[in-house]
Amino acid sequence: MSAASHSRETKGSGVKWVGRAMRRVEDPTLVTGQGRFTADLPAAHHVRFVRSPVAAGVIIGITPPQGAMVFTGKDVAGIKPITPMLHKFNYKPLGQPILAQGAAYFVGEMIAAAVAPTPAEAEDIAEQTEVSIEETTPVIDARAALEPGAPTVHKTIPGNLIVEGRLKTDGFDGVWAGAAHHVTTDIRSHRQNATPMEARAGHAAYDAATGRVTLTCTTQMPHLTRTAIADLIGMPENDLRVIAPDVGGGFGQKMSLAAEYVFLVWLARKLKSSVSWVEDRRENLIASFHSRDQYITLKGAFDADGKLLALDANVLANTGAYSCFPNTCAVEPLMALAEMPGPYDVKAYACVARGAVTNTCTMAPYRGVSRPIITFALERLMDKAAAACRLDPVEIRRRNLVTTFPYTTAAGLVLDEGSYLKTLDMAAQAIDLPAFRARQADARKRGRYLGVGFAPFSERTGYGSPAFAARGMGITPGWETVIISVDPGGFVEARIGSSPHGQGLRTTLAQIIADEIGVAPDRIKIVHGDTDRAPYGWGTFASRSLVISGGASLIAAQKVRAKLQKIAGDMLEAAPADIVLENGNATVAGTDRTLSIAELAREAYTQTHRFKGEIEPGLTESGTYDPSGTFSNACHAAIVEVDIETGKTTIEQYVVAEDAGVLINPMIADGQVHGGVAQGIGNALLEEIVYDETGNPLSTTLADYLPPTSHEIPQIELHHAVTPSVNSVTKAKGLGEGGGIGAPGAVINAINDALAPFGVQIDEMPATPQRVRAALRAAETAA
Amino acid sequence: MSKKQPITLNINNRDHKIEVEPRKTLVDAIRDDCGQTGTHIGCEHGICGACTVLVDGEPVRSCLMFAVQADGKTIRTVEGLANGDELHPMQKAFMDHHGLQCGFCTPGFLMLAVGVLEREPDISDEDLLDVLSSNLCRCTGYQNIIKAVRAAAAEMRGPR
Repeated sequence: MSAASHSRETKGSGVKWVGRAMRRVEDPTLVTGQGRFTADLPAAHHVRFVRSPVAAGVIIGITPPQGAMVFTGKDVAGIKPITPMLHKFNYKPLGQPILAQGAAYFVGEMIAAAVAPTPAEAEDIAEQTEVSIEETTPVIDARAALEPGAPTVHKTIPGNLIVEGRLKTDGFDGVWAGAAHHVTTDIRSHRQNATPMEARAGHAAYDAATGRVTLTCTTQMPHLTRTAIADLIGMPENDLRVIAPDVGGGFGQKMSLAAEYVFLVWLARKLKSSVSWVEDRRENLIASFHSRDQYITLKGAFDADGKLLALDANVLANTGAYSCFPNTCAVEPLMALAEMPGPYDVKAYACVARGAVTNTCTMAPYRGVSRPIITFALERLMDKAAAACRLDPVEIRRRNLVTTFPYTTAAGLVLDEGSYLKTLDMAAQAIDLPAFRARQADARKRGRYLGVGFAPFSERTGYGSPAFAARGMGITPGWETVIISVDPGGFVEARIGSSPHGQGLRTTLAQIIADEIGVAPDRIKIVHGDTDRAPYGWGTFASRSLVISGGASLIAAQKVRAKLQKIAGDMLEAAPADIVLENGNATVAGTDRTLSIAELAREAYTQTHRFKGEIEPGLTESGTYDPSGTFSNACHAAIVEVDIETGKTTIEQYVVAEDAGVLINPMIADGQVHGGVAQGIGNALLEEIVYDETGNPLSTTLADYLPPTSHEIPQIELHHAVTPSVNSVTKAKGLGEGGGIGAPGAVINAINDALAPFGVQIDEMPATPQRVRAALRAAETAA
Repeated sequence: MSKKQPITLNINNRDHKIEVEPRKTLVDAIRDDCGQTGTHIGCEHGICGACTVLVDGEPVRSCLMFAVQADGKTIRTVEGLANGDELHPMQKAFMDHHGLQCGFCTPGFLMLAVGVLEREPDISDEDLLDVLSSNLCRCTGYQNIIKAVRAAAAEMRGPR
């Protein structure tokens, strides 16, 4: 199926915008260097943070150079610590001070802030500020943190266990015991960093005339940033305006509240001036937010035919030194608890999911949140089960994927209509497994090692407040509001609470609105990322914005449409239902009686006396949408070659068969998948944040932490299936994270398949050349 | 801090007479002293290539060059690519092929690609891929960037 087959039920016979690979309205600004990013703003004062050089210690003294402006924990003791809440799963609340209050808990924690007229001078002052710290014994690894006698990271969390979720379905033990095959996989996912190309930055400017502060920052959640900072500082929320200007990628890292921004707002108020902080890459790599540091032991019980009967998971996530706001550091283990069964039909499920605090950088959401790891675990398990049951990798998955919908998973999630089997078959067909096996056998004879790996998955997208409420979050995000105004000139403005930063939402929402009210997208402006202009909303994360803001846009546009029909009906003396809106005009169906939408809009403002009170003046409507959520699905398949001399993996073919329902803009959708896959390949093969045993980070530049380049990313072959969503008013599903969810499982399964002749098992990500070589050496030694 | 030195940076055919400390990087001077913020800073280690500009026609990582080293040299940045309202073929191609998402790395990729193709219009596909691997993009997965640069390369070569 090709992108060209995307269509949508339309009204009237005019040209429709949804389904078109329309060029993005965002682009002209960005390709000409006219984008406005946070670091572009000039400021009177620049901030450089003095960060802890040790993983754990008591601060004895801080001595700035004479005459320098340096702030420490004492200065900001009146600001409340950042303390996100979770009311479930034995979560222990944990507060993060804005600047360290007498102790440091990870390398990179903010201890003091140097302030100067230029960034260079601030950096000089920070370097010359002497910090005296009495080191204490840190704990770095999650398993070590839970050992009896391990050092306690925070006194309020004895034993370092910050969260623990447990689930076991009734009758689990009996099902487990009765199975023909039992298979185990021990997964280690190393720590990673989302690494947006723009690191974080904040700029706070005090306005003497109003007493207000405008914080411009690289956030994915401008409104919640405003609410949180006002609350922490204790200032009126209407004295704070938060702007997310052009933001250079986020991938989750920019959704969590940065303590740095809280400090900047406080400082701008204190100095009654403008202040700026631009994170450098080292800071970003050691002290922004990390993710994916997990151990998973996954066990499966299968019947003689390879049907999965029971799944038993033990998840341990390293949550770092603090808890990210608003999700809390429980986001990874609890996502694993809820979604471990993935796209497979399994009735018996048991899971223990824990999070351990350590003296490392705080863990936060990163594209896919746990699902790249649980998909990796589940797909390793499937390949091992295939071997145990003597089935090929496609067949074992075919026997286990969910095929009837809606399907309630063992963890209680409801999978709406999808195409799990179909996308598996599409990927398998693209790979041509029999032909590949012949080629693989032939290559092995010549000392070349090819392998194939599959990873089907479901991707929960567009979920509203009920899903977040089920987690027990103190802050429950979910809904979105869109306000559409048609001005007296007939131009349209839609103000949205989502906060896109590369997803092309200004284009796709304009397409949705254009079809509904019959004007071209170039007359529609989408306004976002400014709390003074946009309605309260939750921002952009969790593959939600197209579904939820798109749904709210549709709902608001339908109201605008109804009003335009009413006005046109009044003016053209026809029934509103007979008015067709298209190509910028309102026409009585089947006649040549027509008025331009601009004329109707002018009427709505300037000729309201004609409506005799039956139509409200103006042309502004609001739509709010809070859906239950809808699952996209996909199957990724990779063919790789592993060089057994160097351990290097080269991806020869990469196939994605995906189903995200109705695609609003297939070009943008494909771009999201490409980008996700590239990150997933990086996660699978290259990217690793490394700490030494003292908690000192070793991966502090992009020469150590390795996002992939164009050399490592193959052509990505896309195939689309379309199962219109029944849980989304636009019939679209989200797909922002999926690319990254499937890749580690597909790629590392392929590596294992390639190395099968050596009896090697690689269950670690990233599967770096070093790890591949170590596994091969170990196999040689054992042989 | 050491004494500031007067230098002249010719950026997109306009002279900027500025005073900078010898330690100031070219990218900081372009952005902070000359107000041309289209050139971005991604890593300050010369790895990501977001700050790529053309200095005397050659692609340069402007975070690895000191501003004083560029004194008197001719610099081209993303702001100088279009001819008035007429976009450069490379800019058009990035839009046509969806070669950008967040747009942060885009100026660096545009300058890298334009610099290389102006010098070597007949560069092979393989060498072009090699050159493009100099810069990092975290959004696009590169496929559409490669498509865009190949399309622009054909356009820049013109009909044969």
